[in-house]
Amino acid sequence: MMSSKNPEQLIIIGNGMVGHHLVEQLVDNGALERYQVTVFGEERHRAYDRVHLSEYFSGRDADSLALCEADYYATSGVELRTGEAVIEIDRSAHEVVTDQGRYPYDRIVLATGSFPFVPPIPGNDREGCLVYRTLDDLDAIQAAAENATNGVVVGGGLLGLEAANALRGLNLDTAVVEFASRLMPMQVDNEGGELLREKIEALGVQVLTERATQRIEDGDNSHHRMVFQDDKVLETDLIVFSAGIRPRDQLARECDLEIGERGGVVVDDQCRTSDPAILAIGEVALWNQSIFGLVAPGYQMAKAALATLTDGDTRFGGADMSTKLKLLGVDVGSIGDAHGNQNPGARMFRYLDPLTQVYRKMVVSSDGKKLLGAMLVGDNSAYDTLLQYYANGIELPDEPASLILPQSSGAAPTLGPGALPETATICSCHNVTKGDICATIDDGAVDLGGVKDVTKASTGCGGCTALLKSVVDHELEARGVEVDKSICEHFAFTRQELYDIVRVEGIKTFSELIGKHGNDETHRLGCDICKPAVASILASCFNEPITDAAHVPLQDTNDTFMANMQKNGTYSVVPRVAGGEITPDKLIVLGEVAKKYGLYSKVTGGQRIDLFGARLEDLPDIWGELIEAGFETGHAYGKSLRTVKSCVGSTWCRYGVQDSVGMAIQLENRYKGLRSPHKIKFGVSGCTRECAEAQSKDIGIIATENGWNLYVCGNGGMRPRHAELFATDLDDEQLYRTIDRFLMFYVRTADRLQRTSVWRENLDGGLDYLKEVILEDSLGINDELERQMQTVVDTYQCEWADAISDPEKLKRFRSFVNDDRPDPSIIMTSERGQLRPA
Amino acid sequence: MTTTAMKKEMDTMAWQKVCTKVDLVEFSGVAAWLETADGPAQVAIFYLPGQGNELFALDHHDPFSNANVIARGIVGDLKGAAVVASPIYKQHFRLEDGQCLEDEDVKLRTWKIEFKGDEVWVEG
Repeated sequence: MMSSKNPEQLIIIGNGMVGHHLVEQLVDNGALERYQVTVFGEERHRAYDRVHLSEYFSGRDADSLALCEADYYATSGVELRTGEAVIEIDRSAHEVVTDQGRYPYDRIVLATGSFPFVPPIPGNDREGCLVYRTLDDLDAIQAAAENATNGVVVGGGLLGLEAANALRGLNLDTAVVEFASRLMPMQVDNEGGELLREKIEALGVQVLTERATQRIEDGDNSHHRMVFQDDKVLETDLIVFSAGIRPRDQLARECDLEIGERGGVVVDDQCRTSDPAILAIGEVALWNQSIFGLVAPGYQMAKAALATLTDGDTRFGGADMSTKLKLLGVDVGSIGDAHGNQNPGARMFRYLDPLTQVYRKMVVSSDGKKLLGAMLVGDNSAYDTLLQYYANGIELPDEPASLILPQSSGAAPTLGPGALPETATICSCHNVTKGDICATIDDGAVDLGGVKDVTKASTGCGGCTALLKSVVDHELEARGVEVDKSICEHFAFTRQELYDIVRVEGIKTFSELIGKHGNDETHRLGCDICKPAVASILASCFNEPITDAAHVPLQDTNDTFMANMQKNGTYSVVPRVAGGEITPDKLIVLGEVAKKYGLYSKVTGGQRIDLFGARLEDLPDIWGELIEAGFETGHAYGKSLRTVKSCVGSTWCRYGVQDSVGMAIQLENRYKGLRSPHKIKFGVSGCTRECAEAQSKDIGIIATENGWNLYVCGNGGMRPRHAELFATDLDDEQLYRTIDRFLMFYVRTADRLQRTSVWRENLDGGLDYLKEVILEDSLGINDELERQMQTVVDTYQCEWADAISDPEKLKRFRSFVNDDRPDPSIIMTSERGQLRPA
Repeated sequence: MTTTAMKKEMDTMAWQKVCTKVDLVEFSGVAAWLETADGPAQVAIFYLPGQGNELFALDHHDPFSNANVIARGIVGDLKGAAVVASPIYKQHFRLEDGQCLEDEDVKLRTWKIEFKGDEVWVEG
């Protein structure tokens, strides 16, 4: 029985996230030599990512949500039986029973998870009353939404708000009905709940609290009418119940395993149920009277179960339920004893800013030294620092309030890597502590890549990348290791150092720079790393046209041809539309040009129009017509200022307090053509409603009654980051000066291809340092920064206007030097009335 | 290979003029249309004045993106070998023999190329 020829039969019931994690653990740890594993999944899909379920409505399908490749189970040697529900565990026969057969077992792991609780309301089983838990549930919601204009979610907790987001994604007028007096009653208090309500209502979701639904009946105008305790009613076409979860413990109940009073299969530290042959993990398991409704504790249970099955030592010892969430785009964070009701004598610190809609609360021990819990609504930027204080028991600073006060009010201490204890968890996905990282370095790892290879840190969700890098750099430096920061094999300098060399020595060409400062006399061509970087530096400093003969071989193809190369070798053309303001006449010209040259047209996120599919040889003619009509280049191809997005502002909007469009045009015209380490985007909003999404930009400006608030270092894209408030109530002149300095300082000091957000995260001293430099001139360089920017502003010229007036520059814009035919391999087809690559 | 076959190949490989020096871009590339015995070919021509070998001709076609764009890549040297980086997915190809540095199974075709006075001639 124990020989490898006759492995033990291990049956895993449930193929959710936790069940799947257990399979991965078994596979990775060689447990398949001992066990023959069979997994039963009731759903037809293999395990998928339930945490990101709402993305199913924003384009992700079952396959992209799946946690593994389709052949993972087969190639790993695990039998996965999807669409086969277990209906009985026959403990006396040691068999698991499904509707398709009986399967003998030696060990069982129950990973059946939970089901959504549907309150016992008359009418809760009407057609169109649904739940939100599985992909099939989502398909049902989607189908029902086709005949619906509005929908209601019953339950205002975490899952309820997720479901509300899904309904919004289906374009339904959405309402949330919550029994308690506030949203997310488990995570936030009254103040936080009120703020959350405001923010969610501002998104157009109706929030009804203290509503107990009495019955659901036929509606007059909609499919259903919900009747509440005070006989008020709400009509709706679709109802989704999301009022909490209950452990799916039916199988365990029926085979007489010990069950908790309020449900859940009782397990010990080894995840063993009252029958040691049967284990339970995840949301079905009740440990120490608690059900853990998050995925991370489920994964920890899976690891403990693995240890139990393979005679290892890992035990489950409870889990921290701290969470950082973004619900309907609103940050909510909860750490430890967030309500402060588990620690008698604890003191509360609260900060509430109704203007920016931010609420932060700390629960601190009675001696003021330890953080016991925290609550964040509207802004999670303090979460990581607070969590480190909490999880590691780090002594709080003398003025604990500084941790939650806005950073403009003075010292906002962030925990440097040196302050973290050895036990601090850096990567929670792979459970890597600072001590593990130090040990890896002591064992010979000499760089970030080496540490990642050994520890796997930051190879999971990637959320700890910046923290990991700072810890590794700090530890390497502490050991006297010089970190090689050379830009490439041609220069033993960083981008910043090259920038300084160029400025100080007044070097104006790449060949002079590599001649004087290159590594190797025989390698003088440079490469696709250093050449564009130096081209950018030269342009930032001297602003000579990038298509000049000395500079053009340095440029990436997009800069060379001043257009964006697409996958079939054609280009897209984006003229500047400053602030997104465009006259009807110019719109007509864009349409005419697109038609004439067969260009696919699309409105961009930066409020301008992108014309795709332009052939290389057509670019000069296209630009000739655009320039004739008053357009200029939009630098969409460059690492440079892209767009200044704006809302319509006080000119039209009844809420606007300043002319945001006017300011956006001023700013775009001021900084257009500035070459920088990476692209730069601005946003200007005319009031705090922030319709221009300025806080997701490198430079964000929000109008106030008294002027402008300036935000810096935001980012959208792959790793979104909210911009941080940098200065308040600036007048126009102050605003220009501050941005001049800020941008030039960024141009001077950032790495190549480093957006402002990453630059900011790597800046020693953080935002405070940046404020000292830019606002207080602590380095005494502000005059110079302003002068430099003024030079760039004064020397601006449209690169396309320059190029089409110079036959020498235009000679590159030919399909072939010896033949006028266009590239015959570019083939277009028609779709939705436009051309696209075939 | 028989003598006849060898002779035939020599007949079909003819030197042809494609352009003149002013059509080239220093330290960068241009594309040319070439009629060869094997059919038409798009050729990327790179010009590195002052280097030992000044002219290079290789496929304009990028096998990774299937677009004809190699002439529009950045020229450089890596470990001493002159290369061009594809402007689409950035793989490097050695100018000398077309070898891709990232994938040893991929190699661009190359053609013999030289100046005759100010004229640029390619054998193909």
